[in-house]
Amino acid sequence: MTQTENNLVAGCPTGLAPPETTSAPDPSAFVRRVNGQNRLSLTIRGAKCGACISRIESAVKALPRVETARLNLSTGGLEVAWRGGLTAIPIVQAISSLGYGVAPQDQGNGMTDEQREERSLLIALGVAGFATANIMLLSVSVWAGDGEMGTSTRMMLHGLSGLIAFPAILFSGRVFFRSAWNVLKHGHANMDVPISLAVIIAFCVSVSETLRGGEHAYFDASVMLLFFLLIGRFLDARVRRKAHTSARDLAAMAHRSVTRLGENGEARSVRASEIQPGDLILLAPGEQAVVDMQVETGLSEVDESLVTGESVPRTATQGMNLLAGTVNLSQPLTGRAIAAASDSLLSDIARMLDAGEQRRSTYRKIADRAVSLYVPFVHTSALLAFIGWLLAGMSANEALLIGVSTLIITCPCALALAAPVTQVVASGRLFRAGTFLKSGDALERLAQCDYIIFDKTGTLTFGTPRLAGDVSPDMLGNAAQLARASRHPLSRALVEAAGPGPVASDVREFPGLGLEGVIDGVTCRLGSAEWVGADIDVASSSSLWFVEGNGTPVRLQFNDHILDNATQTIRALQQAGYGMEILSGDREETVVDVAGQLGISDWTAKASPRDKVERLEALQAAGHRVLMIGDGLNDAGALALANASVTPGGAMDISRSASDAVYSGGLAALPRLIAVAKQARAVMLQNFAFAAAYNLVAVPVAISGHATPLVAAIAMSASSILVSLNALRLNTMPERL
Amino acid sequence: MAGLLFLIPIALGMGLIGLLAFLWAARSGQFDDPEGAANRILVDEDRPLPPSESRDSGE
Repeated sequence: MTQTENNLVAGCPTGLAPPETTSAPDPSAFVRRVNGQNRLSLTIRGAKCGACISRIESAVKALPRVETARLNLSTGGLEVAWRGGLTAIPIVQAISSLGYGVAPQDQGNGMTDEQREERSLLIALGVAGFATANIMLLSVSVWAGDGEMGTSTRMMLHGLSGLIAFPAILFSGRVFFRSAWNVLKHGHANMDVPISLAVIIAFCVSVSETLRGGEHAYFDASVMLLFFLLIGRFLDARVRRKAHTSARDLAAMAHRSVTRLGENGEARSVRASEIQPGDLILLAPGEQAVVDMQVETGLSEVDESLVTGESVPRTATQGMNLLAGTVNLSQPLTGRAIAAASDSLLSDIARMLDAGEQRRSTYRKIADRAVSLYVPFVHTSALLAFIGWLLAGMSANEALLIGVSTLIITCPCALALAAPVTQVVASGRLFRAGTFLKSGDALERLAQCDYIIFDKTGTLTFGTPRLAGDVSPDMLGNAAQLARASRHPLSRALVEAAGPGPVASDVREFPGLGLEGVIDGVTCRLGSAEWVGADIDVASSSSLWFVEGNGTPVRLQFNDHILDNATQTIRALQQAGYGMEILSGDREETVVDVAGQLGISDWTAKASPRDKVERLEALQAAGHRVLMIGDGLNDAGALALANASVTPGGAMDISRSASDAVYSGGLAALPRLIAVAKQARAVMLQNFAFAAAYNLVAVPVAISGHATPLVAAIAMSASSILVSLNALRLNTMPERL
Repeated sequence: MAGLLFLIPIALGMGLIGLLAFLWAARSGQFDDPEGAANRILVDEDRPLPPSESRDSGE
């Protein structure tokens, strides 16, 4: 890894995202040529702050002939443009050497549908805001001049209001009119139907009132209604767009490129989707397999922790099958693809993800349920008011005005803001604490869970081995001199324990065996028992042996430590009444050990991805709402199926895409997340209760004919502000489970 | 009353200018990366000054 002077830390310097260590794929297959310029769109993972922007952009711009490099921090997209013969490899290497994850994007980071929708909602919101403010300016004059203003002046002010309102309603109201029309065509009704009706009828009645020289016009109310509703719509679209961005990251994983070897051994970078079964593939050290493959030549160590949850690396030799997601650690390997990318393990899991997500989409949000109760209520009361007054002998014109004011004042401003504002405030609070929420309804689902399933590796434990037991500093220093030359996880753990220091001369790595090097003229070896000539029958994969010259081999034991705050977190959750169990793909003895230390009585070891999914289904069938916490590729299916799922920041992209929230800073984030989710759900319910109470007061006022435009304006804005203020309370609530 | 005839157009005109500025900003993508925009303020584009010999002339 190259480090320059201003890049002392790997990854985001704020620590909001862990540094990425997998080496960058060759993106050459994704370079587009536009007007003699080479353009490449990349997805950057781990960039969270201003320092990340300047580090990434200046590192890329420092490369010769690069003309522009611009990082979008909100979406993680980086656009690079350059001229001339520079290949794309140095660009991705420059970024990955800083400790960020890079993946090429297929289409370019052009505007997605979600982004386009968000922007058009923002523009509609701006137009409605402009119209509301200016019509209010005129309306306030009318209200203030009540009794004194001449009819002609009032007509002029109403007329001006109408002139502003007409184009604004046409432009900003499109969103609601279109959606209402679409559902009406199919004979259904949604919230947009009463909204569209209220706005259109209010506008038409106001026009006729203005022409008649009447006292009340509802231009301000109809535009203000659109303004408040668009705020809710915009916030909602933003939350959804963020969720979509993470789904796109998952797609970027399938956009990986693969080094294919031709008949004569020449290497070419091709897209993963072009790989056919039987193709010869080169897997460089540090590279992640994208398709399932069978090793033909080479001998290396591979890390399968993301695929199986097994924390100790395995030796890959000829004839062994490597599943997609495996990381090659030490030596180059060549192998034959045994499946196309679309048939690899990764795609199996992607299909499980789809299935899980479809089932989850049947979840009915509180907001949806509230709306289905609300729509018939509004229509009936407005219609009854109109008919009632007509029967009581009022003129059709006046009765219509009362019906319209009922429709307007009951319109769901508070209802439309209740959920989105709460979600935005809650996710903002969680974001500041290092937890990212991915979907808006995640909070509701999280709050309802009563059973927690943990994966072990990387979730309850560090996921990387650590040196255990006492070792003399001298020997540790010597062993580390050898270990520094290797990227094997046990060597890395040894180096971490020893700290910085020199590297022995002439270190050579023998895959599957160990390292050999010369320290102070003595040949030393570090590796398996067999490699150092130790006489032992129990081959333990989580220990290393070190020998100096002809001395006695010494054993260095490693184990995977439980995360610092895991015990307290588990106890807190158990006290809060959550049932829990461990579902791991790792070996039985390690799972038993971890479960015992944490006091979790239910555990399953050696669980395949399919087993995990089946266990979840069984729990759900038994009536539990399950929260799944896991990080591996093998957890992805279960994460997608669970009622809610959470993943640590160091997890694989596919798992991050499958879950509702990503946390950093250890397991302590979990009780906080659950606490905030519960509070958010409570606040949301309060808001809906408030919206209902508001209507109970507003409807009689409107039906009795007292809802003048002034009353409507005050009632609508006051209810919206109250709902927003109530949501803001979330920022100061104490975190209690 | 005659005052209204020019005061209202002025008020509406100013609002309209604000709206047009907002539309331009939204269309040109200035709201596409709110997080990045907030963080870019902190990005320091200045390089450190060159070593002292080149600045000694003033003494």
